[in-house]
Amino acid sequence: MPFALAILVGCQLLGELLRQSLHLPLPGPLIGMFVLTLALLVGGTGRTQAAAGPPSWLVQTSNGLVAHMGLLFVPAGVGVIAELSLLRREWLPILAGLVVSTVLGLVVTGLVMHHVTRLVERRPRVVPGPARHQAAQPEAR
Amino acid sequence: METALLAIWRPLSATPLLWLAATLIAYAIGRGIQLACEGAPLANPVLIAIVLVAVVLGASGTSYATYFAGAQFIDFLLGPATVALAVPLAANVGHVRRSFHGIGLALVAGSLTSAVSGVVVVWLLGGDRAIAFSMAPKAVTTPIAMALAREVGGVPALTTALAISGGIVAAVIGRPVLWWLRVDDWRAQGLAAGVAGSGVAAAQVAPLSGLAAAFAALGIGLNGLITALIIPLLARFWVG
Repeated sequence: MPFALAILVGCQLLGELLRQSLHLPLPGPLIGMFVLTLALLVGGTGRTQAAAGPPSWLVQTSNGLVAHMGLLFVPAGVGVIAELSLLRREWLPILAGLVVSTVLGLVVTGLVMHHVTRLVERRPRVVPGPARHQAAQPEAR
Repeated sequence: METALLAIWRPLSATPLLWLAATLIAYAIGRGIQLACEGAPLANPVLIAIVLVAVVLGASGTSYATYFAGAQFIDFLLGPATVALAVPLAANVGHVRRSFHGIGLALVAGSLTSAVSGVVVVWLLGGDRAIAFSMAPKAVTTPIAMALAREVGGVPALTTALAISGGIVAAVIGRPVLWWLRVDDWRAQGLAAGVAGSGVAAAQVAPLSGLAAAFAALGIGLNGLITALIIPLLARFWVG
């Protein structure tokens, strides 16, 4: 736990330093995420198959943080109360814009990703039409 | 009785401990409700916790600044938690490499749709330019979204509120809508959650599947880059 936190916070700090010195447009924690990913990949290649992968203490702490990430958004989310007067005045464009753009973004990303990966993965065979390969796919649940 | 309550309340409300505890309890109640509803999407613990805390703050006349002085300890953990997404990302790097085409196309299509449709809907309904450009970057992770909003004449505080609410919308309706469209693939579900709802939606799908967590992490990171390029261009079409 202390080692894992030291690594996570250390990567965040490194990300922050990289952001400031290279004037990157991404926030420090995200750069830290890419740095740690790279480190885990480079560190994992030298070892045998059985020993590959990050150490279990890092996996445990990371899984704990990721599993309860929702909690960490509550303090920022409560900040909505500071914008209540603006929200009350312009509620219709705000609400409609929020819901429409979120749903469209979600659906477009999901559909494009889903169908492009299917096309790429099926490339060796004859590419079937959308109706046929949907029917051929067994119900997942 | 009232004076006795006040005697307890006054010193308590001055320590950061009170609002730290309130946030944890509110989230625990939200989790309890979610479990009781067998994971029904509308019983989102983030949404429940925010509403509970907001009601308590309103009823006790506490300012957001006072609340945040206590809750900042939880807020701080967002940084290490974002870094922690590297673990599922590294574990699934093989999948990421294999679906490179899909990721690239889906990211560009999703980022463009999300930014442009937000601005267009606000414009059609007669909203200000400031609201439209607070809306445009809201799908991106909160710190990037705020910086972008400031750059193109939006209201950063409104963008933060919209980023969290958009994440809740994506977390609540994401899985049902994608299931309905027969997008039953964890890679597509994770990427869509990351691109449309950033951290809040990722927090909803990440515990369900490591593969989804990896693609959500990638979606958050790369969507930030692409949107940072799109929004300044978009701002040139609507000069206020």
